[in-house]
Amino acid sequence: MNTLTRENRSGDRAQTEQFVAPPSRVIETGDGYTLEVEMPGVNKEGLDISIGNNELTINGRRSLPVVEGTLIHHESRPENFRRTFELDPSIDGNKISARIEQGLATLTLPKAEHVKPRKITVS
Amino acid sequence: MTLIRYQSPELSPWSAADRLSNLRDELNSFFELPFSSSLARAGQLFSGWSPALDLYEGNDNVTAIVELPGMRKEEIEISLHDGTLTVSGERKRESSSNGDKAERTERYVGTFRRSIALPTRVDANKVSATYRDGILTVTLAKAEEVKPKQIQVN
Repeated sequence: MNTLTRENRSGDRAQTEQFVAPPSRVIETGDGYTLEVEMPGVNKEGLDISIGNNELTINGRRSLPVVEGTLIHHESRPENFRRTFELDPSIDGNKISARIEQGLATLTLPKAEHVKPRKITVS
Repeated sequence: MTLIRYQSPELSPWSAADRLSNLRDELNSFFELPFSSSLARAGQLFSGWSPALDLYEGNDNVTAIVELPGMRKEEIEISLHDGTLTVSGERKRESSSNGDKAERTERYVGTFRRSIALPTRVDANKVSATYRDGILTVTLAKAEEVKPKQIQVN
């Protein structure tokens, strides 16, 4: 199995804005990969996915509910989300699709046709 | 407050951290993860997962904001007892389809329970909740007797 993803966090430090790396889950299916990324507070408008240099970068900008009052107990992180994954060469970058539901982004990364398992008919 | 079972990091052969490292061995180069080390440590401290919670106090309401990404609203339970707000639920593991070959996860599945003592008395009949973009907002109206009142001087 080849490398699908590799954390790339060194690049983040160079920038002024700080990001949180969201927890994720990768499932390999017969046809490709499914990548789930947890980004509470991010909706469709705040989600930005880009591919370049054989890397997939997911940015999630949070739009948090506005609440009246004083913050008296605080556990959440204020930063936006960012995570970069290295794409496996078998993935067809043009066919990646994504959706986000309740702060969980799900990306479908299909394998290119030429690497998909195929039945060969014996004549 | 939440009851958590503390385990010494050195003495937890069956903890989530171990599961993660086994998975990592199996999948080898599938997914290189410096990030998992911090999550693994969290897994040793908590027996389940404990979602982040913020609490605000305003003039009329106490509001709790809980981060619960990727759930269905039917899976979330909210209760109020003795001045303690509890949010609990279960994130079910989606049954994997036959085609799945391998998986690498940092996401927690299973039950969670998060309790917090409220700073003031609230009216149990005036509690409302919304779940949007993976964030649960619970608004609890303060009890009349603890609301700040203006007293007119005659």
